Amino acid sequence: MSLHNDPTRANAYTRRAFLANSAVLASAALTVPAFLQSSAFAVPRPQLGLSSIPGVDEDTILVVVQLSGGNDGLNTVVPYRDDNYRRSRPEIALPTDQLHILSQYGRSGAGDIGLHPSLTGFRELYDDGLCAIIQGVGYPNPNRSHFASMDIWHTAETNGTGDGWIGRYVDSQCCGFGAGESGQAPDPAANPEPPIALGTEIPLALQGRRIMPVSLESPETFSWAGTKYAKDLAEHYQQLMNTQPAEGDDSNNAFLTRTAMDAQISSKTIRDAVDQKPLVGYPDSKLAGQLSMVGSMIRAGMKSRVYYASHGSFDTHANQLFNHARLLEQLASAVNAFYKDLKAQGNDRRVVVMCFSEFGRRVSQNASRGTDHGTAAPMFLFGPRVTPGIHGLHPSLSNLDNGDLKYTVDFRSVYAELLDTWMDAKSRDVLGQGYKHLKVLKKA
Amino acid sequence: MPIQPARPSSSLAPIRDEDFRFSQARHLLLRAGFGGTEDQINLLAEWGPERAVDHMLNFGEIPSEPDRPDAFDHDIMHPLSDQDQRALRQARQSRNEAVVEQFQKRRMTAQRADRAQMREIQGWWLTRMIQTPKPLEEKLTLFWHGHFATGYRTIEDSYHMYAQNRMFRANALGNFGTLLGNIIRDPAMLRYLNNNQNRKSDPNENLAREIMELFSLGEGNYSENDIKNGARALTGYTYNDDDFSFEMNRHDQTIKRILGVSGNLDGEGFVNAILRSRACPAFIATKLYRFFVADVPMDIKEMPPASRQFIAKLADQLARANYELKPVVRKMLLSRHFYDASVMKNKIKSPAELVVGSVRSLSTPTRNMRVLVEAMTQMGQSLFAPPSVKGWDGGRAWISTATMFTRQNTLVYLLTGRLPAGFNPIGMAQSFDARPLVRSLNNPARTDTPSRAHIASDLLRAVLDTRDEALAKKIADATEHEKRDADDPRTLTEMLTLITALPQYQLC
Repeated sequence: MSLHNDPTRANAYTRRAFLANSAVLASAALTVPAFLQSSAFAVPRPQLGLSSIPGVDEDTILVVVQLSGGNDGLNTVVPYRDDNYRRSRPEIALPTDQLHILSQYGRSGAGDIGLHPSLTGFRELYDDGLCAIIQGVGYPNPNRSHFASMDIWHTAETNGTGDGWIGRYVDSQCCGFGAGESGQAPDPAANPEPPIALGTEIPLALQGRRIMPVSLESPETFSWAGTKYAKDLAEHYQQLMNTQPAEGDDSNNAFLTRTAMDAQISSKTIRDAVDQKPLVGYPDSKLAGQLSMVGSMIRAGMKSRVYYASHGSFDTHANQLFNHARLLEQLASAVNAFYKDLKAQGNDRRVVVMCFSEFGRRVSQNASRGTDHGTAAPMFLFGPRVTPGIHGLHPSLSNLDNGDLKYTVDFRSVYAELLDTWMDAKSRDVLGQGYKHLKVLKKA
Repeated sequence: MPIQPARPSSSLAPIRDEDFRFSQARHLLLRAGFGGTEDQINLLAEWGPERAVDHMLNFGEIPSEPDRPDAFDHDIMHPLSDQDQRALRQARQSRNEAVVEQFQKRRMTAQRADRAQMREIQGWWLTRMIQTPKPLEEKLTLFWHGHFATGYRTIEDSYHMYAQNRMFRANALGNFGTLLGNIIRDPAMLRYLNNNQNRKSDPNENLAREIMELFSLGEGNYSENDIKNGARALTGYTYNDDDFSFEMNRHDQTIKRILGVSGNLDGEGFVNAILRSRACPAFIATKLYRFFVADVPMDIKEMPPASRQFIAKLADQLARANYELKPVVRKMLLSRHFYDASVMKNKIKSPAELVVGSVRSLSTPTRNMRVLVEAMTQMGQSLFAPPSVKGWDGGRAWISTATMFTRQNTLVYLLTGRLPAGFNPIGMAQSFDARPLVRSLNNPARTDTPSRAHIASDLLRAVLDTRDEALAKKIADATEHEKRDADDPRTLTEMLTLITALPQYQLC
């Protein structure tokens, strides 16, 4: 009774296997996206009870913001009092007088930490009690390849194979996975909506077995343009796209048929939701655009519980000061605007934002005023229901592993707490084992 | 579920002449090229497998427009002269903001011009793919671009991207060892993976790592120590303006040990050590297979048995041919496995295959290259800007609900000129007339107008190589209009927008 993939089993598979032609995965994916079946979804009803779970008023929502490319944690959450910081980074250490020195939240350590000067938007959220910073997050035997490390974060497996952790969570909400890999027929009473990725790609983290994620880049591009040529074709197009592949068919053809159907079915709902003007202004960046769409979808009462945005590239090997500052400014201002939007909607208490990157960067700068791939780095959680302040221990800057930080918090303990406390799931089923909570979230 | 033979063939033996018909010739043209018209397919089928494959393969003998080195301006991102560098340094030291700003302005102007040139080069390459009489040459150039992935956004020098593209084309079907040797001397790659900053006093491992992980061996076939030593072998490999430059004083001249080979190795020694590894032919065979034959995982252990066996044979051929690509690609394109029922019509088209193939097979207008380049970017394949050094994953990674619409809508654009919102309405004027296409599918002697159902059926066969009368009837009914003849150009275009929106159209 576990969604955890046993890598020793023949049908455990990697992302590459999924993307290519897995015999396991697509076979079981639902032929009809769940949200087609939930009538509440078809007509957004933001005023009514929003929960898909009987007896629960409002569903909680997780918004993941991925910082791609390896965010330099030491120049994001700066241990400015540690002399090793400046010594290791003669040309790229940030001047103390420009940092946002953080106040205490009844915990030790905050006074030793300064946020990057561009993180004004985070500092405001922090001061309002809406920001939790978790220091030194990583995993054992760190992998310094972008792709391998990203797969590890996405699968929550140290070998980077298997389904995405959010995909497994969504599956756990509908289909039990009792007997064998095929699971049970979805329970119509608890039919989870698909996770939604902003952008054209679907992150591995969202790949499950029963529910196919939906992705969109922008509302303008999320409909068929043939009707602009001949209006009458709309109905015929819909019929042609509504072909169901046979249950168990895992061919590329079946996969394409399912995707075309999902696209056609979700098109109008999502466009209607995103067509609303947000209640607050957003800055002009790609990430802000993505979060503004998420805000509009939440406001429209869409029932997806996971949204996935990404920002980057943080791969700052050379002359990093300017680029890193720009990326962090975009990040902080976008998340800040997002919470203002949610607050104006009255939905802020329903949403937690989680920011992570596949790894941090080396303690010492390189010869090109940049930093190379490293290991542990901070994570951020936002929202009124987080325990504000600094969590976890900052790794030592002198006791290093080959020039890299030693992690102090396993990222899966953060996932576990989000699953157990926030998403009403059993983290042990999803992650394969239990992890101690850091108590970064307040109990409901 | 499609009925498949219990055991797909993994044979490298050539397909029999009598088994090479319209469907097989179409398959060859789709995979070794970008697809083509009914006439082209029929001609290849008539030629038989050997002659057809050799025609695709011996593209050196087909006359065509060469890619001239001076087609684009190499001087836009010209580095500062020594004199200018001195002036800038002095201005910085004396805090002469006006002069510093002048230099910055100059650089920004150059960057703007260079980005414009990059867009031109993108359009140039896409046009070349659409027009070339040697489709396999462009297909392989695209393969090497994805294999030795280099992105413009990091290197900010469009001419270096162009020069690299020419290098791939010149060696498209040459020797893999030569390509690997060239890539460590390629300015675009040296910049992209920071090897211009790799010096003995402070080695940068980026290029050494990716050469082994992504360009030649694959993860697990080398150690961290091999990377460290490889990086030292590559110290001093940099570029000066548009040319490779070896800086002896930055090069580490001590003994290195890479993949079991010891000595005072330089870049060539590093490449030779890699080529000796048995993992290398297997890795390259896998990459070729994934590009030309089937959407399988990179990891050999996760592949279907027939693919695994076939790749092993292909790798063996590559090793025996000392990395000469032509005999190996020839064997692959002639093999029974390549024409197995499990292989044909079961690969997801890359955005390039979709866009170029649609123009080449349906003979639509090309309309506006900028729109097509942008559409490909939205589908996940931006030419000269792969998402990372890993290149494009391919297969199902191309497909999401978002890209499904973009794919369908790009066909609507090609067929009708109608763009989705968010684009300027350029390229709309030219109307597409599918009547020549439809006529080419019928006996030229025929004088009467075939029925709508007949035309729909013909189009399904030509576009999807499929016979499905029920589907043909649906398409015919969908496009019925009281006032129009069956072969009215609007009717035909409507049929094609529906047919190309079908999920099967994404397969080749």
